[in-house]
Amino acid sequence: MSRAARQQALVGYAFIAPNFLAFLIFVAGPVVAGLFISFSEWDLLSPPKWVALQNYVDLLTNDRLFWLSLGHTIYYALLTVPAGIVISLALALLLNQGLFGTRVYRTLFFIPVVASSIAVALVWKWFYNGEFGVLNWLLSWFRIPPQNWLTNSQLAMPAIALTVIWKTMGYNMVIFLAGLQDVPQSLLEAAAIDGANSRQRFWSVTLPLLRPQLFFVLVVSLIGAFQAFDMVYVMTAGGPGNATLVYNYYIWQNAFQFFKMGYASAMAYILFLLIFVITLFQVRYLGKRAYYELG
Amino acid sequence: MRSVTLENEVLLTSKVVPVAKTNEGALHRLNTRLLRLLLHIFLIVLGISCLFPFLWMLSTSFKEQFQVFTYPPQLLPNPWTLTGYTRIFATSPIYNWLFNSIFVVTTIMFSQLVFSSLAAYAFARLRFPGRDIIFMLYLATMMIPSQVTLIPSYILMKYLGWIDTYYALIVPFLFGSAFGTFLLRQFFQTIPTELEDAARIDGAGYLTTFLRIILPLSKPALATLGVFVFLYFWNDFLWPLIVINTNNLRTLPVGLAVISRSYFGTDWPALMAGTVISLVPILIIFFAAQRYFVQGITLTGIKG
Repeated sequence: MSRAARQQALVGYAFIAPNFLAFLIFVAGPVVAGLFISFSEWDLLSPPKWVALQNYVDLLTNDRLFWLSLGHTIYYALLTVPAGIVISLALALLLNQGLFGTRVYRTLFFIPVVASSIAVALVWKWFYNGEFGVLNWLLSWFRIPPQNWLTNSQLAMPAIALTVIWKTMGYNMVIFLAGLQDVPQSLLEAAAIDGANSRQRFWSVTLPLLRPQLFFVLVVSLIGAFQAFDMVYVMTAGGPGNATLVYNYYIWQNAFQFFKMGYASAMAYILFLLIFVITLFQVRYLGKRAYYELG
Repeated sequence: MRSVTLENEVLLTSKVVPVAKTNEGALHRLNTRLLRLLLHIFLIVLGISCLFPFLWMLSTSFKEQFQVFTYPPQLLPNPWTLTGYTRIFATSPIYNWLFNSIFVVTTIMFSQLVFSSLAAYAFARLRFPGRDIIFMLYLATMMIPSQVTLIPSYILMKYLGWIDTYYALIVPFLFGSAFGTFLLRQFFQTIPTELEDAARIDGAGYLTTFLRIILPLSKPALATLGVFVFLYFWNDFLWPLIVINTNNLRTLPVGLAVISRSYFGTDWPALMAGTVISLVPILIIFFAAQRYFVQGITLTGIKG
């Protein structure tokens, strides 16, 4: 290596050193360590005990709550992801029309995004209150009887899902808006000349061109759904009767309430595997296809 | 055969909406106007729904406790009172929570800007063995769910003796994140190399070039990252929840959440007062730096 190249390399290493070392110690290291922890039984009071795959076996064959929390999380994802995408796409389409006040609307829809999940969870917890909540009062105008949203095991999860959709629609909307602005007018005009009405223009021109944004939003939303915790912690604490026990909440319980570090770590790795497979799936079937060159 | 002609509605704005005029022109125009009205109404309703919970939060924080438990619910406090605020300040360490959040988040934010930009510049412009492999590693870890590192990191904190200290809240995040480095690297790559070449010819070293040329040009990207980092850590919940057990050392969201599950559970005016306080800093930053939020999200969305 020439002297200049060596000097450049040294500078390069120096520049990345703090960043990379912290990465090794606080990210890469834990990822590897977590795997070993998952092969042990550890309550942090006594030394860890090596149990190989026993944690995984117990989780998959002996733990009703594991499957329950997984099922709940999938349910939660089914509630929040499709509806979230549709709503934020619809909002983006609407705001892309150049209507009066677009800026204001965009700001309004975005405020729930920047608010902390705790603040949102607390106020919505009150909204959902069975006796004094605002939601029941609003629904009474439509002759819908009052419900115990958060204490009814059927309604609790949809209630949390609604809050989350409300909180995140602005975020995805902004992503779609950016994508929509890249859709060339010339293409839409050409389609209109060929006789396509607005619905056809949407499905045949706009939507395919939004594929990268759709892909991104889908992946991110799905990963986000599997990390749900804050809302459940504040609004229902996993209840009523484990009805809203989501995967991440059960991990937290196992680690920090039952002190089963190895067990919880195994749960985390199972989730890792699951998300990896799902993302692989998505990349394969929905990933970047050939872009059609536009003029 | 129907004849279809195209007309550009407004030529001034960059957004051009072609309107196909057919022989049923007048009826179509009425439909369009009606549609626009409906769209506006829909947007207004949704916009209000986004604002309403926060207005409710604000109003509840000024209510007396008995007034919260009335049906039908009343929007405006009657009478107005500050007892919600006095209660939360008197019976919870919210002063500490506020200080902790501000201290932790601003420290992390400034530190991350420094170290992420240094690393990002190296990844973008400097050549050294292993550069691309390391960067791939960064990208790969961005896809790993946070639960995987949660428990080992906690155990690390325990063995370092950092549990219940500021160290656990700050140090793991001081030197930048994979995301921040990625974002800035993308940005740095868009800066024309001629500028750096010119600096090189003038005899500037790498650090000087970085400080004098690259950084000043990167203010928007740095602002965007700063805003993102602030937002993420201000609202961060699970990590501060598990590494801090002393009430005085908690951050704002965690403090509020913990007391909402215990002695303050039904004291809604006080709880709402707490959440209002927690929202003020982030809302100020949001309104001041709105476009950086939007910019940041757009950047991440397009690059996937």
